[in-house]
Amino acid sequence: MKKKDIPQDESALKNVLREVVYAKDEDGKYTSALSQGWDVKKDALDNAWDDVNEKIEEAKQAVLSGEKSPVYYFKEKTLMDMPTITGYTGFWAITIKRHFKPSVFKKLSDHKLEKYAKAFDITIEELKSPDLS
Amino acid sequence: MINEFNHIQSAHCENGVTTSLLKHHGVDFINEPLAFGIGSGLFYIHIPFMQVNGGPAISFRTMPGAIFQRTAKALNVKVKRKKFRSEEAADDYLRALIDSGVPVGCQVGVFHLPYFPKEYRFHFNAHNLIIYGYENGEYLVSDPVMEGTNRLTVEELNKVRFAKGALAPSGHVYYPEAFGEISEERLKKAVISGIKRNVRDMLRIPGSIAGVSGIKYTAGKVRKWRDKLGVRKAGLYLGQIVRMQEEIGTGGGGFRFIYGAFLEQAAGILNNDELMRISEDITAAGDMWRSTAVQMAGVYKGRITEQKDFDQTADMMIDIYHKEKATFESLSKIKLK
Repeated sequence: MKKKDIPQDESALKNVLREVVYAKDEDGKYTSALSQGWDVKKDALDNAWDDVNEKIEEAKQAVLSGEKSPVYYFKEKTLMDMPTITGYTGFWAITIKRHFKPSVFKKLSDHKLEKYAKAFDITIEELKSPDLS
Repeated sequence: MINEFNHIQSAHCENGVTTSLLKHHGVDFINEPLAFGIGSGLFYIHIPFMQVNGGPAISFRTMPGAIFQRTAKALNVKVKRKKFRSEEAADDYLRALIDSGVPVGCQVGVFHLPYFPKEYRFHFNAHNLIIYGYENGEYLVSDPVMEGTNRLTVEELNKVRFAKGALAPSGHVYYPEAFGEISEERLKKAVISGIKRNVRDMLRIPGSIAGVSGIKYTAGKVRKWRDKLGVRKAGLYLGQIVRMQEEIGTGGGGFRFIYGAFLEQAAGILNNDELMRISEDITAAGDMWRSTAVQMAGVYKGRITEQKDFDQTADMMIDIYHKEKATFESLSKIKLK
């Protein structure tokens, strides 16, 4: 890539940083320069977020319809996979899957709820009655 | 307590931490491409049966931590590293190091990193930054992918040092502990062994998923994704490849250019013009990766979604496979001394 071809498209980096890119200068020697973004990357990232948001929406609907507990919704909302949520809560994956059931979730002690609340950065109240509007 | 520290921005976080910490301790000649090349940073791997953020697990560089470790060792630098169970012990240890005047490399997760662009904050736990001081309850941070320095409260830093999930950092800190003499001879040896190890990693790892053969492996998968996953999900998978390739702190096409810059420097250090030719070749491979990313974007933006478009994407990757294979084969044949 030549230095003059380094893309400067507007992206999520805007107002936060420009990133270092290595490219060739006019004499064919390597140099580094700053890029504020590339549409190809921006679209990949936007797409990934669309997918995440869709999953969050599905989780929200599943909670509203009584299929899943708020634990499931907040797991999606905070982008956690199983190793991440087990890491933050200390529960086993199989236990967490049980807590996805509204009937099991309703009976959880405050002590257990507290672990989830901490993992999701919310209060126990928000966990029990999430804002799904 | 604030130690003097010169923030250096870099394309990739681990290169940056390596470069900045070595430079801080007087290794004047070090720069990002040199650290990357001596640490044999260039790689390709597609790990089957594993998913990252719901997509394929692909990496364009060597495993986290290896670049720092190899580069330090090759340059006669002794590294101290430590992980912790308790946040308090981790914080005390860090503070004591800063009090003794040492800037410290920290592994962190980016999900809770407040100054990072929000769109980039996934649960990725192998990010690296340097802490060089503290005042008024805040740590002073030199994050190599950022243009300037930042600050984190004690709580914020503890949170990212104890992020959870895959590659959880467990408060991991590392810093150069002792420096030996770095003679010209030593530097030459470091460059040569860095190149040889990279040739080995790209060409000689058995199996079909790592090194240049990994590129062929992914190409084969790409051909099948449309039928297997449907256009939308297949597009997301391609997007994941591009993100692994070009994201801040990962850079794949980008990594090829960093390696090209390294070989250009290596040609000077070893006084070997043949390396310039290889530098051109790897630059060409980087350009091919970028064109492939543009093609992939055509798919995930929904412009081109037929099977022939997936086949064409796979064909472009096969071309890269041949290009990188030939490049590293000619690199392996050059007599270096």
